Amino acid sequence: MGRTFILITGRSTPQGRTIHLGKDAKEYVDVVSALEMNEADMAGLGLGDGDAVRLASRHGHAVLRCKKGNLPPGLVFAAYGAFVNALIGPDTQGTGMPDSKGIEIEVEKHAGH
Amino acid sequence: MQVTKGVTCPFCGVTCDDLEIHVEDGQIREVKNACVLGRDTFLHHLKGLATPRIDGKPASVDACIDAAADILARARYPLIYGLDSTELHAQRKAIELADLIGANIDHTSSICHAPSLQAVQTVGLPTCTMGEVKNRADLVIFWGCNPAEAHPRHATRFSVTPKGMFTPQGRKDRTIIHVDVRKTPSTRMADAFIQIKPHSDYEIFSVLTALVKGHDLDLSEVGGVPMEEWRRLVSLMKDADYGILHWGMGLTMTRGKYLNIVAALRLCQELHRFTKFQGAPLRGHGNVVGMAQVLTWQTGFPFAVNLSRGYPRFNPGEFSVADLLARGEVDAALVIGADAVGNVPKQAAEHIKSIPLICVDPKESETTRVAKIVIPAAQAAVAAAGVAYRMDHIPLPMKKVVDSPYPSDREILDRIIAGVSARRPELVRRMRPAASAGA
Amino acid sequence: MTQAPRTQAFRIRGGRVYDPANGIDGSVKEICVEDGRVVRECRGAAEVIDATGLVVMPGGIDIHTHVASPAVNAARALRPEDHRANCCPRRPGLRSGVGNTIPSTFNTGYLYARLGYTTIMEAATPPIGTRHTHEELNDIPIVDKGCYLLMGNNEFLMRYIKAGEMDKLKQYVGWLVTSLKAYGLKLVNPGGVEQWKHGKDVEGLDDRIDHFDVTPRQIIQALAWANEELGLPHSIHIHANRLGIPGNCGVTLETLRALEGRRVHLAHVQFHSYGGDGGWSGFTSRAKDLADYVNAHPNVTVDVGQVVFGDATTITADGPWQYRLHKLTKNKWYNSDVEIETGSGIVPYVYREKNFVNALQWAIGLETFLLIDDPWRVYLSTDHPNAGPFVFYPWVIKLLMDAPFRAEMLKRVHPRVASRSLLPGLTREYTLNEIAIVTRAGPARALGLRNKGHLGVGADADVAIYPDARDREEMFERPVYVFKDGRIVVRDGEVVETCPGRTLYADVPADDRLIKEIGDLFQAYYTVEVENFPIPLEDLAGHEAIPVGRPGARAGESR
Repeated sequence: MGRTFILITGRSTPQGRTIHLGKDAKEYVDVVSALEMNEADMAGLGLGDGDAVRLASRHGHAVLRCKKGNLPPGLVFAAYGAFVNALIGPDTQGTGMPDSKGIEIEVEKHAGH
Repeated sequence: MQVTKGVTCPFCGVTCDDLEIHVEDGQIREVKNACVLGRDTFLHHLKGLATPRIDGKPASVDACIDAAADILARARYPLIYGLDSTELHAQRKAIELADLIGANIDHTSSICHAPSLQAVQTVGLPTCTMGEVKNRADLVIFWGCNPAEAHPRHATRFSVTPKGMFTPQGRKDRTIIHVDVRKTPSTRMADAFIQIKPHSDYEIFSVLTALVKGHDLDLSEVGGVPMEEWRRLVSLMKDADYGILHWGMGLTMTRGKYLNIVAALRLCQELHRFTKFQGAPLRGHGNVVGMAQVLTWQTGFPFAVNLSRGYPRFNPGEFSVADLLARGEVDAALVIGADAVGNVPKQAAEHIKSIPLICVDPKESETTRVAKIVIPAAQAAVAAAGVAYRMDHIPLPMKKVVDSPYPSDREILDRIIAGVSARRPELVRRMRPAASAGA
Repeated sequence: MTQAPRTQAFRIRGGRVYDPANGIDGSVKEICVEDGRVVRECRGAAEVIDATGLVVMPGGIDIHTHVASPAVNAARALRPEDHRANCCPRRPGLRSGVGNTIPSTFNTGYLYARLGYTTIMEAATPPIGTRHTHEELNDIPIVDKGCYLLMGNNEFLMRYIKAGEMDKLKQYVGWLVTSLKAYGLKLVNPGGVEQWKHGKDVEGLDDRIDHFDVTPRQIIQALAWANEELGLPHSIHIHANRLGIPGNCGVTLETLRALEGRRVHLAHVQFHSYGGDGGWSGFTSRAKDLADYVNAHPNVTVDVGQVVFGDATTITADGPWQYRLHKLTKNKWYNSDVEIETGSGIVPYVYREKNFVNALQWAIGLETFLLIDDPWRVYLSTDHPNAGPFVFYPWVIKLLMDAPFRAEMLKRVHPRVASRSLLPGLTREYTLNEIAIVTRAGPARALGLRNKGHLGVGADADVAIYPDARDREEMFERPVYVFKDGRIVVRDGEVVETCPGRTLYADVPADDRLIKEIGDLFQAYYTVEVENFPIPLEDLAGHEAIPVGRPGARAGESR
């Protein structure tokens, strides 16, 4: 049973550094496939550090690995990259800018890889 | 060992031009003065390099350029996109090509600070160059941005620690405030952190402006923060000698988009009743500001430009990359110096993968992986010289510090233009000056 | 200098030539051009251009316009609505663009050429942004161009003035001009833009600037001195304090008095000729006082800044003025404070015939033209795009040449203007000879451009041939031929060939004696490396060095 969260995507230093290794590099993939979560939120979903989580927005879903982060409850963070793009829809409200931050998502523990 | 000083870094909008690069045997061995992002840009210059190929098979660069010219000469509604990780002369060539074939031309600002540009079109902008922040700013507010991770040397070169003409004590002469939905490494730089609810920026700025104007408000909180704290912030802003509000994706990408920034800029303008108060977006991945600049002076518009009727048209939402791709309107695409596939919403990425896609990039990316034609380029600012713009619109020269077996973006585009012109001579019929009167 | 390739030779026959610098006032004369220059006769086979019944003049020279700079580009980015009003479709060999008050770069070159203009001067560029200005100028085709460096609020300069270190001041200014390939020195609201960094302005020439403790008078005099010491081809070029404010004529005259004995060019003087007490209701014209002063002082040249009704965009370095205009109009407002050097401000504006203030501003410009006796010292400008777009120069010419047309316009504008202005009584009509002076020969002389503004042997073959239409606006807006460096670039008002044009810069000899000290100042207060500041010659699409004269040349000396 998933819970609703707000997803913030953004740049991080590790993402900015590993991008130079090429987007296939393990170091880069590790960074952009990580989801930072509030510790209590993780506990509430029965998640341990490194567990797979399934995120679903109105537009798509993605599987990331969760890790403890310095976040207020209800907010999760992932770095920019292909993993989160699946969650971002095409509507720009006529501005050209997709809804890339503050996306409403459902998060649940993911069985399997 | 060859040492070059005064090297300009291409990675972020701080565009540091004081790097020192040590090269030996064609490889960069040491980088001084850069942040980790810049250092890695130069040190990893030989990692993840792209290879020339057509339909996944190795091909010569010449053959790739030829094939690209073929596609673009025949496209009916092409898109030229990217252009942040490259330099001015290449950006010029891309616009020349777009003008020639009547393409859509857009760049990564479209999914980054385009809302800031739209806000400026709406209300204007009270701003300054970063040296004014270094020399004068005694109150710096970071709102919805994370410079510690995205623009690491901003704090030490401009906004937090440097000693300037009117800020001789550096950090002690400044008050730093961080406003965001979550704590980030940037919070550590601040004297105070205000945590706000997501999507509440517009309301907050409106309330702050009302307070500056002296209105009484019957509210206990806005954005999840008590009014008392906002009143304190307004006091701080009015009492500053030279304040500045820096913002980032927290305002451009959330609900309200450009309207968030309109509200923020109106606040800064309103504060001029009391003091100097500037606003400056933390622009930039790479030389995105340069692309906006040259696109503006050559077409009149800073992003999302369409040339398919033979003259420049501008309409975010219609000609912006995310919308063009999401609506599946484009029939061919040339992506230069940006990872389009990796940075647009999935539906848009699916479309660009389904059309003939040409990618010019020094490195492999999500885009090169799926492109029909991959043309490796000499990396701008590393293996190709040129000009780049800092986030505050200051232009700086980019040096070439190592060689590359591949041509520069500028040269590649030049050759594509020649290839298209040869295939479409009616577009470039050479004019002859009219002879004698009456002829 | 980069040369145009060897060109065809032409013999322009049968036209009435207006070449005031060489005393030719409408006589029928043959003009020969070859290899980009005016020649006595063509060596090789020459194509004959039949100019019978046409008027032949040197190409136009705009001594003060805002077409390329960080501020101009910020204005383009600010005003998409301005561009929608007008588009310029691409044609084979020509680039597309937009027009109206802030045209895109390619279109700027085409539009000027289509008026018969062949040289333009970008009136204001901040040193730290001059690399940008040159890149934009590179993209303005056909016309030759130069730029004036903004110096009047330079903080390093103010330190040297305060310390009395005039020799260092001269070396610093020289270093800037050489490094940045600039043509001349520009002062905008000297001292006032620095005060704007504290939210203030200056009121008079003897106000003390915060922290630096120098006065506008000291800044003006120091730069005028440095200008002559360096032998720059043009005098200093001043946008005086208190622009646009009723009652400002006093400060304008005081600025000129501060420079008695020195060459000085006062920019867009219309905006500085106001009487009244500071409020708009008492707004009056003092164009006569200014004209009287100019008539009595041969060291002074001015460009008018003539108002054209319709859309405009105000773009200046005068930060406090632009803020005032924003408060007055409530239009959107852009401002940028530029570290160490200057500032900029942009506000859209519309000049309305039925608005008393605008109509009187319009009248003041015309009074200025008509009351200054010597056409060699008053030049046509609209301070583009501040008082209006340059494409309306032909309309201004018609107003100067056609008194009945002027009277018709006077009837159309706000009725109170007639009684507040001398215009009704000014029946003078400019002759073609005088027009040729105020748009070509005069600016060339003030700029020190020996090979331009005239059609004598050795001149650059920049020639404009107009129909001798009764309607002078129609005449000047559609030349039959325009030659640039001896090639036909415009035919019947349309561009038929393009070329890059040359960037003209003052050939101040390099002097690096102060470089260590400048480097230390950069390190302390700027945010760019001093080694990245200079612009190499190869970054200019085309270039020509203009010689500097001997230091300390006397005022009024023609160059």
